[in-house]
Amino acid sequence: MTWYIIRRFLQMIPVFFGATFLVYFLVFSLPGDPIQALFGDRPVNEAVAAQLREQYNLDEPFLVQYFLYLKNLVTFNLGNDFSGRPVAEVLVQIFPVTIRLAILALIFEAVFGIIFGVIAGLRKGKLFDGTVLVASLIVIAIPIFVLGFVMQFVVGVKLGWAKPTVGGDAGWFDLILPAIVLGLVSFAYVLRLTRTSIIENMHADYVRTATAKGLSRQRVVVVHILRNSMIPVVTFLGADLGALMGGAIVTEGIFNVPGVGQRLYQSVLRGEGPTIVSIVSVLVMVYILANLLVDVLYAWLDPRIRYA
Amino acid sequence: MRFARTSKLIGLAAAAALALSACGGGGGTEGGEGNAAAVITANSTEPQNPLIPTNTNEVGGGRVVDLLFEGLISYDAEGKPVNEMAESIETEDSKTYTIKLKADQTFTNGEPVTANSFVDAWNYGAAAENAQLGQYFFESIAGYDEVSAEGSTQTEMSGLKVVDDLTFTAELAQPESDWPLRLGYTAFSPLPKVAFEDMEAFGNNPVGNGPYMLAGEDAWQHDVQIALTPNPDYQGTRTPKNGGITFKFYSGFEAAYQDLLANNLDLLDTIPPSSLANFKTDLGEGRWLEKAYAGNQTITIPQYLDEWTGEAGELRRKAISMAINRDEITEVIFSGGRQPATEFTAPVLDGYDESIPGSEVLEYNPEEAKKLWEQAEEIDPWGDKTFTIASNADGGHKEWIEAVVNGLKNDLGIDAQFEPYATFAEVRTKITAKDMTGAFRTGWQADYPSLYNFLGPLFGTGAGSNDGEYSSEAFAKKLNEGLNAETPEEGNAIFNEAQEILLQDLPAIPLWYQVRQVGWSENVENVDTAWNGVPIYHNITGK
Repeated sequence: MTWYIIRRFLQMIPVFFGATFLVYFLVFSLPGDPIQALFGDRPVNEAVAAQLREQYNLDEPFLVQYFLYLKNLVTFNLGNDFSGRPVAEVLVQIFPVTIRLAILALIFEAVFGIIFGVIAGLRKGKLFDGTVLVASLIVIAIPIFVLGFVMQFVVGVKLGWAKPTVGGDAGWFDLILPAIVLGLVSFAYVLRLTRTSIIENMHADYVRTATAKGLSRQRVVVVHILRNSMIPVVTFLGADLGALMGGAIVTEGIFNVPGVGQRLYQSVLRGEGPTIVSIVSVLVMVYILANLLVDVLYAWLDPRIRYA
Repeated sequence: MRFARTSKLIGLAAAAALALSACGGGGGTEGGEGNAAAVITANSTEPQNPLIPTNTNEVGGGRVVDLLFEGLISYDAEGKPVNEMAESIETEDSKTYTIKLKADQTFTNGEPVTANSFVDAWNYGAAAENAQLGQYFFESIAGYDEVSAEGSTQTEMSGLKVVDDLTFTAELAQPESDWPLRLGYTAFSPLPKVAFEDMEAFGNNPVGNGPYMLAGEDAWQHDVQIALTPNPDYQGTRTPKNGGITFKFYSGFEAAYQDLLANNLDLLDTIPPSSLANFKTDLGEGRWLEKAYAGNQTITIPQYLDEWTGEAGELRRKAISMAINRDEITEVIFSGGRQPATEFTAPVLDGYDESIPGSEVLEYNPEEAKKLWEQAEEIDPWGDKTFTIASNADGGHKEWIEAVVNGLKNDLGIDAQFEPYATFAEVRTKITAKDMTGAFRTGWQADYPSLYNFLGPLFGTGAGSNDGEYSSEAFAKKLNEGLNAETPEEGNAIFNEAQEILLQDLPAIPLWYQVRQVGWSENVENVDTAWNGVPIYHNITGK
């Protein structure tokens, strides 16, 4: 197992370089000169523009730009964004916010998704099952920004239960509403996945055996059915952690959460190569680590799964 | 019915223009004394650059810099200049200006504001090696060409001379009657000595001389907010009537609008397009304001395209202008939140004239448009080309451009299309490279309240923002004449004569003037906007 984890860590190196190279190339290929855009409708002074381009290495060919970026990266210097602020400082500020948001969303979707899914699965065909299925279908069908705006308006403005936007402090409590919105669609998936999985396992031979042995229903459900049903759910949740972090753009925009999504969106609009690549690189790492975690959890949930 | 409503709106806005910023439609706010200790929260965006006056050219940083620094003059709500740091600004030939400063003015670190504070700051802003985005503001001053040239190592403009601690002279490269009007723009702010030691560090923690100062070392929380507190030593005219202003950063106006509805934000200076139709009822009487300001929207047709040159090109530009139904678009798409244009500047400016000869070319007249287009056809057939209007698609311009395009299709019977670009950077790069293949969206917001600011930089031969490459000797001559005028009034009359030439040539097609819609919470009062559409922050009080 230890060797397996080490090997997975080593695999992250080429993935990391591949991802940064690709992202850097995509940003480089964006049409338009970001320095020109800095001037807006105002006159562009070529002397000023040339100097700024030089400052951000924008006058170099692509490969040179990329290697300069890598060179800086090795010395833990991520460069500055266009406002002269170190990108490292930006990352330190935005990631904790989005990680908090993603964790809250993950907890929300995992806890409620699994609980609702288990109940629905055990009561297949009953009223609760039907209601939950229809409700989850509606949630999946409505675009996230509609859900977001409605929740913001109803809960934030009309009922006044939460601040409509998060803004500066972005503490755990403030993030609950956006986290629910962010996790809502995944919640519906977790619920459906759990339900199907439970129904499948209810008729498995080992469950019949366990019941025949005279075990209590509670023990059969928790230890035998649930543990086995969790494998597809955990896979989904693991992959979803990365998706939640990267996909927070819409939610963070609606609730004005100063996190990764907002910053990434603005950086793309401004064509700030180093900032985009740095943010995406960290997101890639999160994805890889989450996947590793999923694989380790697999082995724990189902000892039959062995890694050489 | 609709027409009647529209004309009422125009009437209102015109009245606002005449009365110079009298209430522009409903709203307004009572002049109660209010709570002068309340800290006001207002919407903003993360400044794109460090807070250095000469390097700040966008609103997020601009509104903060404007409150942190005080220049030689400031503008009152109507755009009239008021002396601040300046005791007097005098000239005999509109070319050499002698500037005397008031004594005993200081920066918030105690350093006195001297002639050197201005001269050093201006030289810094103009020098190429400092790469300041606001460099072009200093172009009138003699010696600018040398210090601003690419690769130049000179750092001092020959036109600026310190006479004594409180006096300096500025010599311009050529006479400009409206030059003193510019001096209220933030780029002309003085800087303390500490700034030149490490400009970048200074930009993150600026020391100014304005009505407000940063509320402590960590007042600027990046991407979150920036907190300002009144400067106790401030002696100017913009005295704060509140306990400070905290600018909260929003990535979009929608989120800020929700905060406003929940009284979680005190002031929102732009109502998001999605709420334009209902913000007046959402907020209720006494919590909103709608007022024209010094900004406009235009379509530029580049002169470097063959089909737009000569007599046929001129006829076509007129035909297109007359086929645009400005009244209907401002009413339907902007819910009345824009004011149809009658010339090239803005109605809130001194000297604005709504009936310049030739302005009928900006009125909707589909029959005449069709006739003009057919006349052009006889000279030079258009063929099956498509008329395109380019713009970045992310800035809320898609709707009106499509409305314009559809109007052209219907009234002129030509093929017309919106040509979208993904980002502002992309379209600006092509525009500045003079690489456009059709018309494109342009707009201008005044840097200082002067007709010339809408004419010189945009249509002067070879001028910095002359994106359409327009060049007219007659127009240039008029501009020059206006700059050489003895008084601003005389200058304005000449600038309006210059506009007659523009209305004839139509290098750009004026569409409408920008109107500012502002909303505020139940917790504040005394909200108003200035000539440039910026809220007058220092006058806002708590309830």
